[in-house]
Amino acid sequence: MKDKLFRFVLFFAALMILLLSAGIIYSLVSRSLDTFNEYGVWGFISNAEWDPRKATEEYGALSFIVGTLYTAFFALLICIPFSLSVALFNGEYFKGTKVASAVSSVVDLLAGIPSIVFGLWGFYSVRPIVIALGVNAQGFGIFLSSIVLAIMIIPYASSLSTEFISMVPNNMKEGAYSLGATRLEVIRRISFPTASSGIVAAYILALGRALGETMAVTMLIGNTDRIPSGLRGTGNTMASVIANQFGEADGLKLSSLIAIGLILFIITAIINLIAKMVMKRLSKV
Amino acid sequence: MMEQVSSTRVRKGKDKIALWLVCIFSFIAMIPLFLILWDVVSKGYKNFNLRLFTEVTPSSMDALLARVNNEPIPGGILNGITGTLLIVGMAILFSVPLGLSIGIYLADNQNKRFAKVVSYLTDLLQGMPSIVIGIIAYAWVVKPLGSYSALAGSVALTIMMLPMIVRSTEETLKMLPGAYKEAGLALGSSYTNVVFKVLLPSGFGGIFTGILLAISRVMGETAPLMLTALGASVVNWHVLEPTSAIPLLIWDFYNDPNLVDLVWSSSLLLLIVIFLLNWIAKTVARKWKV
Repeated sequence: MKDKLFRFVLFFAALMILLLSAGIIYSLVSRSLDTFNEYGVWGFISNAEWDPRKATEEYGALSFIVGTLYTAFFALLICIPFSLSVALFNGEYFKGTKVASAVSSVVDLLAGIPSIVFGLWGFYSVRPIVIALGVNAQGFGIFLSSIVLAIMIIPYASSLSTEFISMVPNNMKEGAYSLGATRLEVIRRISFPTASSGIVAAYILALGRALGETMAVTMLIGNTDRIPSGLRGTGNTMASVIANQFGEADGLKLSSLIAIGLILFIITAIINLIAKMVMKRLSKV
Repeated sequence: MMEQVSSTRVRKGKDKIALWLVCIFSFIAMIPLFLILWDVVSKGYKNFNLRLFTEVTPSSMDALLARVNNEPIPGGILNGITGTLLIVGMAILFSVPLGLSIGIYLADNQNKRFAKVVSYLTDLLQGMPSIVIGIIAYAWVVKPLGSYSALAGSVALTIMMLPMIVRSTEETLKMLPGAYKEAGLALGSSYTNVVFKVLLPSGFGGIFTGILLAISRVMGETAPLMLTALGASVVNWHVLEPTSAIPLLIWDFYNDPNLVDLVWSSSLLLLIVIFLLNWIAKTVARKWKV
């Protein structure tokens, strides 16, 4: 009897996840309906105009979608050489040594630093460098936020890649060594191809992180509601526009911000799904 | 596709260059951590005093006067410390029992279709951007109750912590030898007893580590709290009133030129707490290894 009750409690708890997810989707959709009724789904997504002034009120998400993709992909690009090096350092060259565990502890600590502290550091310490480099006058923008974002996602990309690279079976590598291959050749011909799905999945997950990152980007991107003019330009991401404008919003603007949240949620969900599918392919091999 | 076979010297040279590149890039990847720590410590230690823990945030005006007279900032972040305790404390109360239950369920019913759906949704929740979780807590708690509140903040943090606790519990329990459970049941013990007296104690290290890491991750969350707890300039213990938190105060100080001196000392405190939690988690994980 007690067991039955206990099992039921466990089942009910698991059911909560289902209800939670359904509730989240329901709330996001129902609260953004006003916007989608006004502009249509595609109309909202493809419109780059964001004008909250009451007289000429008009809302579109395109500027922020572009801003988000721009910063996230540029950050991913910057992060690749570093996180891949860390992964090779820990998972291949110095696997199992004290140096490797020191490096991985340091990189792990980086993951523990809150987004807002990254933002502060970016504002006070990286921005002057960006200004000195002559990227733009104020320093704020896509370039600055991508650099800080890249540093933020290094731990996520590298820890998972390390795991997959260190899982490559030794006998495969030894076979190649016995044929006279150098370490680099073993990495390129054996380790990378074998671990490729896992490494790709790691970067997709890191991309998902970058897309949803809020505070640091809000503090560094310049917060202009237009499509960024380029790497030197300022802009806004989906997350940063919500963080910036949610507090004072009501009516159609609130609904539009929640609609942006819904789009962000869908994009990150798809990204996670792709990463999961890529990893599944790996486990079949 | 075979690459042209080049001479041994070229191949060995390339090999060496690759090793150097890996070392250099790995080294560069570690530098930002130390730069950030240096920034926070060197700028934060000046205001890191007893006042920080015993006084609430000063008004912008008082801070301006102190600045003009070259005095230290008159106040601390007591309201943020108590707010973080309240909001994170409630989130722990909500998420730990629920997360443990779900984790136990998933570890025990791996092959059921329902468990697979729940497991997938847990991943989905884990990947959800924190700002979207903020919107949800706003819609579920702030809107219906008509006020920003500590409760809304802790609901947001609960949604963030839940998937992490579920995952760590599930993974830990899956690693336990099946014989533990079978032996318990074979001795005539009830399932409930096996879970509480055998499985949870044996998996304590992994489960506790997971909970600590989840706490340390939400400790510094700012974005969801901006949409839910909002902030307050006084110490508030009422769960239905707007409440501050350390990260929210950092955001306020960042935006107020008069209070900016407090930004680094509060960041220093936040980092100390987070790293301490991480360190305890690592120690526990090492001591109670499954």
